[in-house]
Amino acid sequence: MSIFESKKLGEMAVGTKIVVYGVLGIWTFIVLFPLYWVLITSFKVPIAVSGGPFYLPFVDFLPSLHAWSYIFFDLGNDTFRPYFNSAVVAVFSTLLVMIAGSLAAYALSRFTFRPRLLTILIFILAVALVIVLVAALGVNWLIAVTVGLALAVIGAGMFRRTPSPTLGNPDILFWMISQRIFPPVVAAIPIYVMFQQVRLLDTHVALILTYTAVNLPIVVWLMYDFFVSIPKDLEESAELDGASRIRIFFEIILPLSKPGLVATSLLVLIFSWNEYLLALFLSTANAQTMPLLVAAQNATRGPQWWYMSVLIIIMIVPVILLALVLQRFIAKGLLVGAVKG
Amino acid sequence: MLPASLLILAFSIFPLIISAWLALSRFRLGSEGYELIFVGWSNFRKLLFGSEQYHLLGTFMPTSWLGWLIVAAAIVLIGWGIRSFVASGHVTVMGAIGRLIAFGLFAALAWLFAATIGDKGQIGSLSTTIFYVLLGVAIQFVIGAGLAFLCSLRIRGRSFFRVVFFVPLMVTPVGIAYTFRMMADMTVGPISPLWHWLGLGDFSWATNAWSARLVVVLGDSWQWIPFMFLVMLAAFESQPKDELEAAELDGASSFQIFVDITWPSVAPVAATIVLIRMIEAFKIVDLPNVLTNGGPGIASESLTLHAFMQWRALDLGASAAISYVLLFTSTIICVSFFNFVVNPARRARQ
Repeated sequence: MSIFESKKLGEMAVGTKIVVYGVLGIWTFIVLFPLYWVLITSFKVPIAVSGGPFYLPFVDFLPSLHAWSYIFFDLGNDTFRPYFNSAVVAVFSTLLVMIAGSLAAYALSRFTFRPRLLTILIFILAVALVIVLVAALGVNWLIAVTVGLALAVIGAGMFRRTPSPTLGNPDILFWMISQRIFPPVVAAIPIYVMFQQVRLLDTHVALILTYTAVNLPIVVWLMYDFFVSIPKDLEESAELDGASRIRIFFEIILPLSKPGLVATSLLVLIFSWNEYLLALFLSTANAQTMPLLVAAQNATRGPQWWYMSVLIIIMIVPVILLALVLQRFIAKGLLVGAVKG
Repeated sequence: MLPASLLILAFSIFPLIISAWLALSRFRLGSEGYELIFVGWSNFRKLLFGSEQYHLLGTFMPTSWLGWLIVAAAIVLIGWGIRSFVASGHVTVMGAIGRLIAFGLFAALAWLFAATIGDKGQIGSLSTTIFYVLLGVAIQFVIGAGLAFLCSLRIRGRSFFRVVFFVPLMVTPVGIAYTFRMMADMTVGPISPLWHWLGLGDFSWATNAWSARLVVVLGDSWQWIPFMFLVMLAAFESQPKDELEAAELDGASSFQIFVDITWPSVAPVAATIVLIRMIEAFKIVDLPNVLTNGGPGIASESLTLHAFMQWRALDLGASAAISYVLLFTSTIICVSFFNFVVNPARRARQ
């Protein structure tokens, strides 16, 4: 829908048109040329890369499938395993984060929460206690968590009637979103230690859980605005008909917020599929993901551009196909989140 | 709600506390695993004043004319900020404290730039990160919004451009870094004939601090312009149609329409999207790591990369301390931006 759609407007001046198409054309070139370069590099033999810039296959250089055969046959499982890992981690973390995030966003958009500051304080103290017990006193972490949790529940119960200021939904939302400001490198080391303690380092589970947590704020942020924009009358009439909250959520709200769900999941999926830093911390061999494999082509003999190009291409293709299929949802889905931010 | 809270709690509050504790300790690998020794502020002292100062803050040199220019600009900006705060008539304690923190950090950073940017000086990872954020987000916003505006005009093939312009967002940052290393190669890269023709064949961007930083910014921009583009396109397309028509009937010029109607209606989205990008841009790591490996020397190291390098050197305390420097800087800047730019832009619209 263009802003000019609803009325007649004189044709754009020819000069303007040339400028507009010129700029858009130049940018198309800027976007596509690096990808074209990667594509032809994947068909070059090493000498065709180091011998100088060759632009056109068959004219400047003879294309060869050596890099492709190396990646698919010589490396074989060493390519497919990271590929599979990336896919598993991206898909499952996207599923998890969408479920947890949209439920949280829905709850925030429909119910009023008034957590008491005192209860939160007790909880934070309990977490600190657990950390001190495990890290400083060397208590087994299972025992420490149990003790901490028990103390938190007892404490919260004991001070139930003590007057305390409360927080509202906007505070909770802001708190969730503010998590995005925290640079992952702050959390990377403790998360590493945490997974080391529970012996989950270098597993899918560790990466899935971490990505879920990292992407949760985005999902809550974008989906909250989507849910707010859905009128409440629909739910109210469904409630009068005796539908349960969960049923309302799955049968009325989710179908209505499809564009938002699709756009948000695609964004989150791309982030997890491409993530590098946390994967670097958390995985070594078994759970190695594709971005690490790409980076690993920078071997001692210098960057193996041809192998790298093949890997980059096989990483982009599925995402581009997915984005093409879901294309019409994307702009629509992103807009609502950003407009109300 | 509850699972989301617990997950966030486990993955951010909990590591945050551990990180704080790490930042105050020294980590040592011993015969029986590792040990942590509490050392207080020593990690921070080393980074801010001691042997690691050059790495985080930079090498200090007498202020050059460029430095004085930065100082002058900062003084003017802060003076203007204080003046408009007093003139607004809403002088509150919280507002004053918030501005004190924001202006204080701003002044400190301006001074840091001024003091390290001179001839023989070198800016550290803190200033480099700020440079990436400011220049990168500015480039991305201007180009992204410009392309979005052009695509929102009634032209043929808009959906083609929309799909094509979205592509870079989907490429893994590591891949982009390598792609740009290929592209920017001065001898065998695709644009190397151009360099030779310009007589720059002997120049190497990787050995010059500023050109290395610039290439990092270019790679980052190539990836993130699509994001700006998509959101700004949606914003341009949802402008109030009736106002536009009325203005057109009144014979307003397209420039006037843009200034009076289009820009105010997209300003809140623009401010929000810039904030989102700023938050993400502070965490830049893949590109400098792969593209320049932080070099030449430490010139293109971002804070995250700096922290990662310290982690690899098993100096966990310093790594956590750097992370905290990043956390404080980015939080103060992002929250200030939210309060001083995003909120006013939204209020103006209501």
